[in-house]
Amino acid sequence: MENLDQLVQDGLAAVDSADSLQALDQIRVEYLGKKGVITQQAKTLGKLSAEERPAAGQKINEAKGQVEQAINARRTDLERAAIEQKLASETIDVTLPGRGQDLGGLHPVTRTLQRIEQFFARAGYTVEQGPEIEDDYHNFEALNIPGHHPARAMHDTFYFNPGTLLRTHTSPVQIRTMEDGKPPFRMICPGRVYRCDSDMTHTPMFHQVEGLLVEKDVSFADLKSTVEEFLRVFFERDLEVRFRPSYFPFTEPSAEVDIEWGREEDGSIKWLEVMGCGMVHPKVFEHCGIDAEEYRGFAFGLGVERLAMLRYGVNDLRMFFENDLRFLRQFR
Amino acid sequence: MKFSEQWLREWVNPANDTQALMDQITMAGLEVDGFEPVAGKFSGIVVGEVVSVAPHPDADKLRVCQVNDGRETVQVVCGAPNVRDGLKVPFAVVGAVLPGDFKIRKAKLRGQSSEGMLCSEAELGLSENHEGLMELPDDAQVGQELSDYLKLNDVTIDVDLTPNRSDCLSIKGIAREVGVLNSMVVEGPEIGPVEAVHSDVPEIAVKAPEGCPRYLGRILRNVDLGIESPLWMQEKLRRSGIRSIDAAVDVTNYVMLELGQPLHAFDRDEIEGGIVVRMAKPGEKLVLLDGQEVELTADTLVIADHAKPIAIAGVMGGEHSGVSERTRDLILEAAYFDPITLAGKARHYGLHTDASHRFERGVDYELARDAMERATALLMSIVGGEPGDVVEVVSRQNLPEDRTVDLREQRVADVLGLRIDRTTVEEILTRLGLNIDKLLKNGWRVHVPSFRPDISIEEDLIEEIGRIYGYNNLPVTEPTGSLGLRPQQEAVRPVSAIRDYFVSCGYQEAITYSFVDPKVQNLVDPEQEGIALANPISSDLSVMRTTLWSGLLKTVAYNQNRQQPRIRLFETGLSFVKEAKRIEQQPMLAGVVVGNQLPENWANGRRSADFFDVKGELESLFQLLGIEVQFLASQHPALHPGQTAELLRDGEHVGWLGTLHPQVQKKLELNGTILMFELFLNSIVSGYVPNFKDISKFPEVRRDLAIIIGSGVGFADVERVAKKHAGEHLTALRAFDVYEGESLGEGNRSLALSLFWQHPERTLNEVEVHSLFNGVIEALQEELGATLRS
Repeated sequence: MENLDQLVQDGLAAVDSADSLQALDQIRVEYLGKKGVITQQAKTLGKLSAEERPAAGQKINEAKGQVEQAINARRTDLERAAIEQKLASETIDVTLPGRGQDLGGLHPVTRTLQRIEQFFARAGYTVEQGPEIEDDYHNFEALNIPGHHPARAMHDTFYFNPGTLLRTHTSPVQIRTMEDGKPPFRMICPGRVYRCDSDMTHTPMFHQVEGLLVEKDVSFADLKSTVEEFLRVFFERDLEVRFRPSYFPFTEPSAEVDIEWGREEDGSIKWLEVMGCGMVHPKVFEHCGIDAEEYRGFAFGLGVERLAMLRYGVNDLRMFFENDLRFLRQFR
Repeated sequence: MKFSEQWLREWVNPANDTQALMDQITMAGLEVDGFEPVAGKFSGIVVGEVVSVAPHPDADKLRVCQVNDGRETVQVVCGAPNVRDGLKVPFAVVGAVLPGDFKIRKAKLRGQSSEGMLCSEAELGLSENHEGLMELPDDAQVGQELSDYLKLNDVTIDVDLTPNRSDCLSIKGIAREVGVLNSMVVEGPEIGPVEAVHSDVPEIAVKAPEGCPRYLGRILRNVDLGIESPLWMQEKLRRSGIRSIDAAVDVTNYVMLELGQPLHAFDRDEIEGGIVVRMAKPGEKLVLLDGQEVELTADTLVIADHAKPIAIAGVMGGEHSGVSERTRDLILEAAYFDPITLAGKARHYGLHTDASHRFERGVDYELARDAMERATALLMSIVGGEPGDVVEVVSRQNLPEDRTVDLREQRVADVLGLRIDRTTVEEILTRLGLNIDKLLKNGWRVHVPSFRPDISIEEDLIEEIGRIYGYNNLPVTEPTGSLGLRPQQEAVRPVSAIRDYFVSCGYQEAITYSFVDPKVQNLVDPEQEGIALANPISSDLSVMRTTLWSGLLKTVAYNQNRQQPRIRLFETGLSFVKEAKRIEQQPMLAGVVVGNQLPENWANGRRSADFFDVKGELESLFQLLGIEVQFLASQHPALHPGQTAELLRDGEHVGWLGTLHPQVQKKLELNGTILMFELFLNSIVSGYVPNFKDISKFPEVRRDLAIIIGSGVGFADVERVAKKHAGEHLTALRAFDVYEGESLGEGNRSLALSLFWQHPERTLNEVEVHSLFNGVIEALQEELGATLRS
């Protein structure tokens, strides 16, 4: 019994110096196993008197407990160290780029169109489509632009034959929508349009969005709010908007819409033309079989590339159709 | 239309400054496009008089002049050819500053001292003319500041008029608008009849009264066209963008600018017989004032004499009958030509003149006589001459009808969204010259004056009221109509979802022209003829695309030429195909892929995209859309014969996928393996609405097999046969390995498949699975000649 304390000391020392889980296990066997030196001490109990036995037994158990605790503590340490070592060895360079596909991107014109469509969809407008190869009637006649009309000179038209052409604006979709349906109408038509013109500021193809609202009771004042709200939402700014009298054969009254775009040297507002609009011309209603006394309507049209240029600061219209990847990638 | 601000202010002179005036007319619908000072910025220029001119002792081309500047006489060396004794010229004294910040100092020119400079128009920024000194009239007061003398504190205002506002193609018209906007009276020059001093009148026959309802002519005898028009007139013309030619032409231009009536002057001696207004005879020829000879078409209205055409009516006069310095007797013409008759005629002859611009848009049909009298008086004041009587031929029934338009007070409020009080409406109308004929119970009967051909319906009047009242003074209200809720089809995916899908697959969206190069299109779609434009912008944009590939492949070339090796593009848009009786305009979805499948990096490697990459992307798209599409080995002239799939949905053709044919690729000078697809958008966008089925609680069983089959047998065949015999509880069939190698023998390949079964209500037992599995193997052996691989 005398050397029990010594055995515990030795055991604790051995545990302390164990540097692996195997070594620790060996120490456990050596001290606490069936034949372990501390376990063996129990055999000495037989030599003791019945009175001495419980105390001696307790002592041995305490000694066992002490060593066992040390072993457990040491095991936890060793295990943690082992895990840490494993984790350390599994370290990767998280700054390397990931695997897989790059993201592509929408064309800036589509991106712009989608923003416009979303605005009007929320306001209850449907999105309509129409043919791009149009007939003279829908592109001109029905829009109150007869053959001799000087406004035709404003449209440099691509023709296939005298009656067939590439639509010069999205306005014919107004006509087709009204021909096919019954009022009221709230619709927009986004799409490609064509003019026989190509230079720094003109491409032979570009995009417009046409809008039409026909109700029993609608006025120029309603048109103003629609256009103003749209422009403020589109540019995400509370910008100044003004309506300037203008002329389109298919609206009366007609207006061009300017927005505030910076300031002149003298501090006055620099105005930039962005849209055209007006109240649907009674002749147009007549062509579509709608009673202009019962219904009124407004229509508006805007150039998508122009809005995209302003929004994203693009300075050359032609870039939209060169499809240079270095240009397109800037809009993803 | 360009005009001088000062000239306008002679008619109506509101207190607002130039900028405010321009803003005001812009906001009335006469959009000011720009403005320019009428002269360069200079100071220290006075009216000088050349007192004497002597040769320069050491230079042939220079003269030594004595010039009086109003205070003293100084010596100036001058090289201008027109310098002469007594000439009055703009004189830049020492200390003067010319445009471009050019300061005049004392100088010595070839040894002769020179104190100042005599100036040309160009040097003062008045015009481009630098041939000689600007000559001032003899009555110019020596020593007066030139800018005071010429009233140079003026700008040229350029108004971009919409085609309906022909009434504003004159000072008179713009003054009328300015008067309305400022509630001011407008005053023009007094115009009255010029009395005839002889009875010599032109013989006029109008044979085409529909095209020329009104024609006025007058003879002015014994004019002296050697006399230049006065400086004030030249200046007004110059500031309105018109060059001075001679007194006759200047006066006709002046009156056109002033009143809006184009006029013409003929040399009477060049006219045989009398004047005939008629349609041209086909093939007739005429040499125009600009020197070009045109062959006239029968729909062209001409002014002729008894032998030949002498002018295209309302467009341009002939060279032969035009006035010159030698002209003694003039015939002045003032007419009203019908806009529809003249529409497009100038353009047809490659012309656009101030006259045609006005006549096509509609000139005031009651203006001709005033203009004739005004021009006569002005001409006589310059070149003298003896006027005869005015001959007027008029066809009342061909003149525009005198119109009235009824305007309802309620309608004004309904359309503009604001009730404008009656007095304001009446005042706006009256000032515009839209006189109220009659007060109606609910509004007004308005008489439309002859100078407003654009007004014919109630809405036109409402626009006038809105415009003058100010669009920006009208209220802003929300449309109140109810929003009808519309059906929303869940099974139809929006095109935006398809676009987003391709974007997430690394595709960049392109938008290419709908008209393409026929040479490219013939390579990618030789079997269809593109619809050709009659007036293409260039030969490489001359036919409508039958396939989006035409534009996309050009875009590939464009980017490959700019060091972009990895290109993934898609586009949506119409293709245009000529069918028997109509043109099919079909929305398409197309894509091209070339270069590495993944962006090159340490992990992605650099494997080129192949057929199955793109096929996989399309298969996922079809899953997204909820549709089933079969890929069938097929042939397409633009595609690699062994790498082409026709896409079918329920047996209907929906598109193509394949590798660009190497020969086509070579002709298009493209690099790399190019994968392409094109689908009919309308055929793929509607899928299905999900319909829930119970999830089986019972285990799934898998069996694998490997077979050797002929290379000509497609996986689709294997799949079809296997599915036919695998029973109703087969849940999946996958090919997990494909191998071709010498060990299999020529023309063979091995295909490893796994089949999965699952029963919805119970566990499948070993015997049934075994029997189904064997059935599949036997069928593959019997129907496709497959052998089981050991």
